Amino acid sequence: MNQPLTSARRAADVVELKIPSKAEWVAVARLAVAAVANRLNFSIEDIEDVKLAVAEACTNCIQHAHGSDQIEITCETEPDALTVRVRDDGRAARPEAVNAEKTDEARVGGLGVFLIRSLMDSVEYDVHPERGTNLVMTKKVVS
Amino acid sequence: MDIKVNVRESQGDTYVVDLNGEIDVYTSPKVKDAIGDLIDKGHYNLVINLEKVRYIDSTGLGVLIGGLKRVREHGGTVNLVCTNPQIKKIFDITGLVKIFGIYDDEDAAMKALV
Repeated sequence: MNQPLTSARRAADVVELKIPSKAEWVAVARLAVAAVANRLNFSIEDIEDVKLAVAEACTNCIQHAHGSDQIEITCETEPDALTVRVRDDGRAARPEAVNAEKTDEARVGGLGVFLIRSLMDSVEYDVHPERGTNLVMTKKVVS
Repeated sequence: MDIKVNVRESQGDTYVVDLNGEIDVYTSPKVKDAIGDLIDKGHYNLVINLEKVRYIDSTGLGVLIGGLKRVREHGGTVNLVCTNPQIKKIFDITGLVKIFGIYDDEDAAMKALV
């Protein structure tokens, strides 16, 4: 059983999705999460941000997690925020990439993490060499 | 989800790559191959038209950066055509607006090559 993503459990609704860890399934994940985000009062621009952040997270799982067959995507919706967890159970090939906070540091390989950090309001990475990567990111609804 | 790639010769030794669709981890190899083929054949001045691209992620950006690096080694360049605000925002956030010439229409992108 997964732990709740957010500490404040104010009637949060949860949507879970598992995709094969393959490039052709990333579009399904980003469109599904965009549909979830569409249930909240996000602007179209914010929904696009969430869509891209989820796609980048899935892409990182596919490109950098060795030995993982599945990616788990969990969305937790609250009236004023969407929290998305993207998790794989592979061995992280480039754990240092998650610290990329500037474009020069990111280079091409870490550009995805840089974009996630830029587009979402909060991002927490837990990279474990054996257990895999657990990324929790939140986007707040701007009223 | 797919990307359509159309390559056409324009004035001088300039080539235009029209992209239509979504560029992500699944579709970007097709774009990479098209740009790579042009460069392999010695064409180093390219306009990549993103007007019909609805979505691009970091793998798509990586392909464009890779193409630009390769043509610059031969004194060429890559100009982009893009007016989609969401896509322009991605170029802005990543600082790529300073690396690529980004134009509102193909004529302007073409003139800037010469």
